[in-house]
Amino acid sequence: MKQLEGVNDFVIRFATVNGSGSASANNLFAKAVFRMGVPVSPKNIFPSNIQGLPTWYEVRVNEQGYVGRRGDVDLVVAINGQTLRQDYDGLAPGGYFVHDSSKPLPETFQRDDVVVIGIPMTTLCVQAFDNVKMRPLLKNIIYVGALASLLDMELQVLIDSLRKQFRKNPQLAEPNIQALELGYAYAGEHFPDVCKLTVHRSDRVGDAIMMAGNNATALGALYAGATVVGWYPITPSTSIIEAFGHYAEQFRTEPDTGTIKAAIVQAEDELAAIGIVIGAAWNGARAFTATSGPGVSLMAEFLGLAYFAEIPAVLINVQRVGPSTGMPTRTQQSDLLACAYASHGDTKHPLLFPCDPKECFEMTADAFDLADRLQTPVIVMSDLDLGMNDHYGPPLTWDPERRYDRGKVMDAAQLDALTATWGRYRDIDGDGICFRTYPGTHPDKGVYFTRGTSRDEYSAYNEDGTIYTRNMERLRLKWETTKRLLPLARIKITNAQARLGVVFYGSTAPSAYEALDILRHRGIALNSMRIRAFPFQQEVLDFIQAHELVLVIEQNRDGQMRTLLINEGGLPPAKLITVSSYDGLPVASRFLTRALEHALAERGIILPQPAPGQGGAQ
Amino acid sequence: MTFFRPTFRHPELPPNAAGYHRRDYEGGISTLCAGCGHDSICNAIVQACFELALPPHRIAKMSGIGCSSKSPAYFLGRSHGFNAVHGRMPAIATGANMANRDLIYLGVSGDGDTASIGMGQFVHAVRRNLNMLYIVMNNGCYGLTKGQYSATADKGSKGKKGGVNELESIDLCELAIQLGAGFVARSFSGDKQQLVPLIKAGLSHQGMAFIDVISPCVTFNNNPESTKSYHWVREHSEATNTFDFVPFRQTITTDYADDTVQDVVLHDNSVIHLHKHHDAPDITDRRQAIDNLEDHKAQGVILTGVLYVNPDSTDTHEILHTCERPLNSLTEEDLCPGSAALEKINANHR
Repeated sequence: MKQLEGVNDFVIRFATVNGSGSASANNLFAKAVFRMGVPVSPKNIFPSNIQGLPTWYEVRVNEQGYVGRRGDVDLVVAINGQTLRQDYDGLAPGGYFVHDSSKPLPETFQRDDVVVIGIPMTTLCVQAFDNVKMRPLLKNIIYVGALASLLDMELQVLIDSLRKQFRKNPQLAEPNIQALELGYAYAGEHFPDVCKLTVHRSDRVGDAIMMAGNNATALGALYAGATVVGWYPITPSTSIIEAFGHYAEQFRTEPDTGTIKAAIVQAEDELAAIGIVIGAAWNGARAFTATSGPGVSLMAEFLGLAYFAEIPAVLINVQRVGPSTGMPTRTQQSDLLACAYASHGDTKHPLLFPCDPKECFEMTADAFDLADRLQTPVIVMSDLDLGMNDHYGPPLTWDPERRYDRGKVMDAAQLDALTATWGRYRDIDGDGICFRTYPGTHPDKGVYFTRGTSRDEYSAYNEDGTIYTRNMERLRLKWETTKRLLPLARIKITNAQARLGVVFYGSTAPSAYEALDILRHRGIALNSMRIRAFPFQQEVLDFIQAHELVLVIEQNRDGQMRTLLINEGGLPPAKLITVSSYDGLPVASRFLTRALEHALAERGIILPQPAPGQGGAQ
Repeated sequence: MTFFRPTFRHPELPPNAAGYHRRDYEGGISTLCAGCGHDSICNAIVQACFELALPPHRIAKMSGIGCSSKSPAYFLGRSHGFNAVHGRMPAIATGANMANRDLIYLGVSGDGDTASIGMGQFVHAVRRNLNMLYIVMNNGCYGLTKGQYSATADKGSKGKKGGVNELESIDLCELAIQLGAGFVARSFSGDKQQLVPLIKAGLSHQGMAFIDVISPCVTFNNNPESTKSYHWVREHSEATNTFDFVPFRQTITTDYADDTVQDVVLHDNSVIHLHKHHDAPDITDRRQAIDNLEDHKAQGVILTGVLYVNPDSTDTHEILHTCERPLNSLTEEDLCPGSAALEKINANHR
């Protein structure tokens, strides 16, 4: 048997039971790798359940900084009896199977191509600790200690991390450190030099941070001056609101009264959540909501009102697997069409596609400026993988000179200075955007009636078809203005002569860039474009026009971005090929490489390749 | 239906305490059916705001969809208005109120808009005790779609088309009292004498003030067998009490001759003087208020007037501990923690 080998380059999977406290132990491990200067990427693969169902935590360690999910498991820590068989069978040939040997492995576990490492975690734990309540938690720390030995890690980094974690409860740090040392000592004594995967200190991390996208999104809203939040709890968006609340308490408390410079209203449903946002934005506050697909479906009616009545709104959609309830704790990019065209009638909304926490922060902050400037809802399209997992990436930055763009709003002095009659829906400068006023601004000027019914330029109810179409044409003009304000796509031309292009967006980016690097080393040159916004600018359409064939990588079945490109860009459908990975797991670079090769081979562009199989076995 | 309103006003009509004339509170021409109860309610709103001397531009009027929800176009033409989607006025009002706590929020809705499609929004706006006056123009039917029964139509009531309503009706006032509204009243569009002071008191109450105004639909639900007809309501209503509302700036004068007076002091020091019989229920007691409603219902009588008042209820801003300054007035300096704070946050994520 050839054992798997790797220095700072492997994938470990922890197979545990939901609600058993394993998350913090697994996080401790990932953080320790990061603190040893090695890029790391943890993915929590968890069930829609609070306690009892299987959960996995996959950690990719990669010196080169490839932090997308890779696919395949090199070492598994299998301590969930329910999935022991699955975890054993799923391990890559030459991999390492770490289990709790307090109970022997069943006799049917007879693979000869894996290394079995038995650590008697339960026995060690029972012998060392009297506190029955703490034992399950400490057992988790024992396997982290064992891993530290197996992977040749610096134990001190883990000890320091534990001390930091328990700095408010130092008496809890001691038993944890003891458990860590127990596992470390046992593995060192019984399995020295068995595992050929190692973590060595590196200097690749620099000033990088590890942050969940939802946390960065909350900070984006905080920095952009959001003050009103309407929300309804839904996985995987809830942690945005929790983080925003936490930061609001930290940074927005009035020192004299202890009151908060924000109003966070937990609504009765998503209908009300977006209604609260629209009401607040109409009244001049920056407001947002965060939700997922089912919430977007409910919000569609109000989004149409905000589009037509031209009221700013910021909506964060942390996408999960649909249709319907789908798989609520798994990831997908399948709400593009539902969001782009949410609501009845001719309605469309700008979308932003962040690919990492830094972009979650920046695009959320930008969304407030855009919504105010364009007087329309702006939707930030995050997803469960991006939102809920910690991501390795550059630190967040904020330009101290930055000022909020509140768009075209008339204050009392401007109203007084007007010589012509003000009309809420009069476009006086040809960009399709009109001046608005906040309620209560002026005793007798700038008052208007907001409505979802058709109206004339002075917001008076009107059913004249000519006036209706004139307004709709102005909204079309505003849509053109929108394109000029949105972030441009990131285009990488690796070969100016290349006939092939690849398009992707959002959380697919890290795995896609890695797959492209792999293919380039195999002699397949693909230019790439990471789309960052909808509606598409001319550059996006030009990129596609410039290539004979364009592969569109998406985490949905139907190729929703491809549909948008064809529909909005008038592009020939035959040149756009969907490559999809939509099984609910973050897209894996190994799968993606095979899928791209397969797509090219099918069209005779490269030699035949095996079919790619599934997105990544669990 | 009136097609134009004469612009002539008597030159000596006096302005109110804030210097505004009554016409400053009027709106556009109504497009509702001639004789619609809603128009009387609009008139009462105009009168109440005029008498309270509220600056019109400091009022925000909002509504949902339906005949009643069209009405904000017919009053307070100098106030910003928001005609939202069906049943969703409470969410819009909540957001608007969160953004600027210094304005006065007047929501107008109908029985379909509130008791059916917007039931969820209504009960939760009441639960969070949003600081607003919420008026339901209640005619027991869907006017704009030609007379279907709504959820407030009384069981056994018979509409113009002849069918009997077999479904239990929803009593919005009873719900509002149960769910924590601090001011709950019922009135009749034909009783301006009662309605105007009720609206004034509702506008002065801090927290959710709810008024259910029975407002007959002259076109579809005004036949004698309908329990929401002018005739029926006139014959079958009884006031809890007579009362007058005294804004805190005015001295109290009253010429009622009842045997007991109960004073309820509102948050802004306005006073409601209730003139009632000595054995009448205490309207500041929630259970008595609900019993009183049910007792009258059992007798086939519609109870009107102030049904319940809790002047000390806690409104949404107090519950959420939002700051005193309106949130929409805050700037970068108030809201953005700055780049140095962000560097610390980065450090916590290493």
